[in-house]
Amino acid sequence: MFINTETQYGVVSIVLHWLSFLLVAALFGVGLYMVDLTYYDPLYHELPQWHKLFGVVLAVLSLARILWRILSRSPTILAAAGWQVAAARSVHWALYLLLLLLPLTGYLISTAEGSDLSAFGWTLLPGLFELSPALADWAGSLHLWTAWGLIGLATVHALAAFKHHFVDRDSTLIRMVYIKGQ
Amino acid sequence: MKRNVRSSLGLVVVGFALLTSGMAQAAETYKMDTEGSHAFIQFKIQHLGFSWLLGRFNTFDGEFVLDQKNIENSKVKVTIDVASVDSNHGERDKHLRGKDFFEVEKYPEATFVSTRVEKTGEKTAKITGDFTLKGVTKPVTLDAEYIGGGKDPWGGYRQGFEATTQLKLKDFGIDYNLGPASEVVDIYISVEGIRQ
Repeated sequence: MFINTETQYGVVSIVLHWLSFLLVAALFGVGLYMVDLTYYDPLYHELPQWHKLFGVVLAVLSLARILWRILSRSPTILAAAGWQVAAARSVHWALYLLLLLLPLTGYLISTAEGSDLSAFGWTLLPGLFELSPALADWAGSLHLWTAWGLIGLATVHALAAFKHHFVDRDSTLIRMVYIKGQ
Repeated sequence: MKRNVRSSLGLVVVGFALLTSGMAQAAETYKMDTEGSHAFIQFKIQHLGFSWLLGRFNTFDGEFVLDQKNIENSKVKVTIDVASVDSNHGERDKHLRGKDFFEVEKYPEATFVSTRVEKTGEKTAKITGDFTLKGVTKPVTLDAEYIGGGKDPWGGYRQGFEATTQLKLKDFGIDYNLGPASEVVDIYISVEGIRQ
């Protein structure tokens, strides 16, 4: 039920996967929207705080997810060819890497001058070091391109899942959506 | 007669000394003491019309030629690393470096090169020059005041000034809307130069 089997994802993996999906989608949309707000927009100060708060939530979730992935077994990848298995694995680990890189670069933007990362008056993470202006700007660009990279790769990942579902007609997509009753 | 000969001889000696010292007595070059941080470029701008926001540029370099006999013969040149803008807030400074404001990637430097110095009082002068910011060059006039100068305790010779001016952000292609109270920025400069 909670733990993955050879053929089926457990509740832990399924919940982590879809929470991650929701957070990534929301953070991406809010992130792109908030940077173009004008100074007099009522959300000018509010949205970045939500972005930071849920960014930290996603970071914690991603760490837990990667840990879970390492500790628990994963269902066998259903693919005809060996290169498809390799591609699926590479994409999964690339997604994890991006999921770590995104909060890290976000953290660097907010703490570039040594201040803590905070939202709504709470300190979420302490500021540990100061970056030169050039490095801080580089972290900002990397944050944006990592986000686009994650969305692009997640789209490939989703298209592959749909291909399994509609073309191969296997349980790849279904087993990440619900647990078949035994 | 004898006295005349002596005094003209004296004049020749003085003249020779002036020539050999490269006219140093007339117009001397001073390097701004940015290394010891006895030079500051600060700005303030209104926030919503409610308070003043203060900031500064941490990195710049400059020199001036000071002609105490003929102030109008003096010159100033400053180069500012715009990316060093510091308002004590990482995210705001990143915003200031970005496209909405300074666009430092495209325009990393701001420069001021004086074109005219006009004495206005015993210790004051108007320094007009070409100020270049974000690729736009416009004449700007600084109200400068002499603070003091002389030998320092470490074998050098220094002169110090302060100056103020106002800039309209729109004049330099910065039209991000910060509100009607925040269209003009006050600049305060304090520099100490070390004679070269």
